Amino acid sequence: MIDLNKIAKIKNNESISLKDIAIIDYEEFSHIVIELLKQPENHCLSYFAYKSNDNLQFIMAVGDDKNHNILLLSHLLKSDEKPELESLTKEIFALHIFEREIHENFGINFIEHPWLKPVRFANNRANKEMQINDYPFYSIKSEELHEVGVGPIHAGVIEPGHFRFICNGENVLHLEIQLGWQHRGIEKLFLDKENNLQRNLLAENIAGDTAIGHTTAFAQTIEALAGKQLGKQRHIERALALELERIAIHTGDISALCTDIAYHFGSNVFGILRTAIINFMQFWSGNRFGKSLIRVGGTHLPFTEELKVELLDVLSKYEKQFEEMVYITFRLPSVQNRFDFIGIVSPEQARTIGTVGLSARMSQIERDIRVSHPNFAYQEFPYETITAERGDVFARFLLKKKEIRKSISWIRNVMENYNFDASQNEKPDYQLKLKPSSFAISLVEAWRGEVCHCAITDEAGKLKHYKIKDPSMHNWKALELSLRNVEISDFPINNKSYNLSYCGHDL
Amino acid sequence: MISLLLILLSSLFFVGIIIQTKAKIAARKMPSIFQPLSDVIRLFKKGAIYSSTTSIIFRAAPIVYFSSVLIAALFIPFGGNVGLLSFYGDFVFFAYLLAIGKFLMIIAAMDTGSGFEGMGANREALYSMLVEPAFFILAGSIALFTNNVSFQELFSNLHIVSSLSYSISVASIYVLIYIALVENSRMPVDDPKTHLELTMVHEVMVLDNSGFDLALIHIATWLKFAIYGSILANFLIKNTWSIYEQIGVYFVIQIAFAIIVGILESFKARNKMSKNPQWIIMLSAIAVVSFLTALIVAHKIILN
Repeated sequence: MIDLNKIAKIKNNESISLKDIAIIDYEEFSHIVIELLKQPENHCLSYFAYKSNDNLQFIMAVGDDKNHNILLLSHLLKSDEKPELESLTKEIFALHIFEREIHENFGINFIEHPWLKPVRFANNRANKEMQINDYPFYSIKSEELHEVGVGPIHAGVIEPGHFRFICNGENVLHLEIQLGWQHRGIEKLFLDKENNLQRNLLAENIAGDTAIGHTTAFAQTIEALAGKQLGKQRHIERALALELERIAIHTGDISALCTDIAYHFGSNVFGILRTAIINFMQFWSGNRFGKSLIRVGGTHLPFTEELKVELLDVLSKYEKQFEEMVYITFRLPSVQNRFDFIGIVSPEQARTIGTVGLSARMSQIERDIRVSHPNFAYQEFPYETITAERGDVFARFLLKKKEIRKSISWIRNVMENYNFDASQNEKPDYQLKLKPSSFAISLVEAWRGEVCHCAITDEAGKLKHYKIKDPSMHNWKALELSLRNVEISDFPINNKSYNLSYCGHDL
Repeated sequence: MISLLLILLSSLFFVGIIIQTKAKIAARKMPSIFQPLSDVIRLFKKGAIYSSTTSIIFRAAPIVYFSSVLIAALFIPFGGNVGLLSFYGDFVFFAYLLAIGKFLMIIAAMDTGSGFEGMGANREALYSMLVEPAFFILAGSIALFTNNVSFQELFSNLHIVSSLSYSISVASIYVLIYIALVENSRMPVDDPKTHLELTMVHEVMVLDNSGFDLALIHIATWLKFAIYGSILANFLIKNTWSIYEQIGVYFVIQIAFAIIVGILESFKARNKMSKNPQWIIMLSAIAVVSFLTALIVAHKIILN
């Protein structure tokens, strides 16, 4: 057994002084990490490196889902040491993306890493000679096989990403996804902008479809760093917005899946239903995606009893039509036939690659931040995780439907049992003073999965490092695995069933 | 002559009706019935752009395709009136005329050298090959039933009287509607509205066509629909009716056919790509049923 007493433990949305994160040598670090991550209740939340003086400090946050703790581990690579580390990926595959990222940004060579390729061709990457067009694709030399390249420019108005299929006739043997076309250097921008309002706006634009998720994570990180305690109502409002975002996007996804199988009836009705929800968001916040709703230290747009009446009205109308359409769509043989047993990711695979959120729950893995690391709102109004079994497109399709229902009943529960008090309106505070030399972490279960923001301050209380992790970072791998031995014409429905973020990955 | 005029006329609004039906069912605002027509007029005003990797085949294909469909339309009779062209065994000629146009489109798609278009061409070739037996078994069974082998005589001698001949016509109409859908790359085999290249069949083959060429391809699609609609109408129109009644019924049938296509496409998801061949072979199987029935009717098989 490993000695866990040495390891710093914090809860979600808390900060800790950097001094309290023990720096251990890499051998011990690897040993502990491997031991920890072999247990199914732990998973790696974030693993990153940053320049501390001239040295490179590594921090790993491991989520202990059973005990609701976040374990923090750290090791240091001195500037005079050789930039080489033994790879942990060969033991714990889920770490592959983090090691690739560190390799790309700092030129650390992870020995025996099976797939040490660039992640996103960041502007501040170590090896500037390598351009995005030089990406080393995996290829198989064979007479029978052919390659199909899709993107980065797509026919529809979607984000850029390149997909390279190796096919045998209509069957896909291997899919490799190359991203990075959307890189904006957003983590760097968080450090460049000193004003918290500017950072707040940046957070809203990390991924347009997860505006609430990312902004909540950002606000909670900054509040944790400033040691600011927010009123209960603010937490409930944020969770409410989060659930509404989940309902809206899941409905949109169901609609889009219907479009992709040419079931226009379902596509239109679910599309109309999504509008009802995002129009409520506009009614509340003035923006259909809830931008400007969540602010550091408070909000300009508190939820009121009048909004409650409106929301309950919108939801009951929504629910009636939604249930009617669900009854038709999910029982339609041609729809079932199209989605069943396509793009299966087994629970073992899903666990190995470390999927999070919906992509984990589709394969029986109960991984949900609302349950494992709840903030105030979900402690007061608990949420129960639901999972699907098969891990195929239909499982994801079904899970979206179930999560919508679950979110609606959660919202109803809040509406019935919580009275919104108009006198409790904390205004945003952009002048929050951050604690010096501290580390803070915030986890949010956005509609796609866990969003993790980490921030580190220097001695003067200025942001020194800001690390964003979108759930897509892990889940793109699940899409690659889904396509194994699946017809190439089934790629669009697989892609849509995950609906992963390009810009959330590219940052 | 009258048949050709009717086909040309109904082709103008056929696709418009399908689109209107689908919009209506989806609770959307309907576009004008002549929207496809104005799209084509717009395309005619534009110039075509040719990729530098393409050869003469790519330029010739749309014209050959269009003319093959147009000539095929000449063979369709109407009620008691003979089509402009008619000879012994002309339905074989008709089928392969359409096939020539399609063949040129397929090699033109390969001519572009695009990975997507090759994929689409491959699928289109497979489905065309599979749908061919269905058409011939169907035409064969009607030929057997009426003892004739030209379009004109097939239909003028088709008298639906007994219960067995009803079963033949029901099966034939069913198969014919779906053959029309496969031939025109509609649902459930192909989705003309999709924007996803990887799932396209026909649409991906014409990705590189533009302007004038694309307009011809669109018109050929309308014509094909109208041709199949005419064949259907011929099943049901009786020679004994007056010409005005015949024309009236003809348009009713064309419109009904378009609405049926719209409905079929609205309430169903498309097939999984790998199930398409199986599904198309099913059409041949139904055609075989009507063939066996025809054998019984023609006393080639005696039932005790």
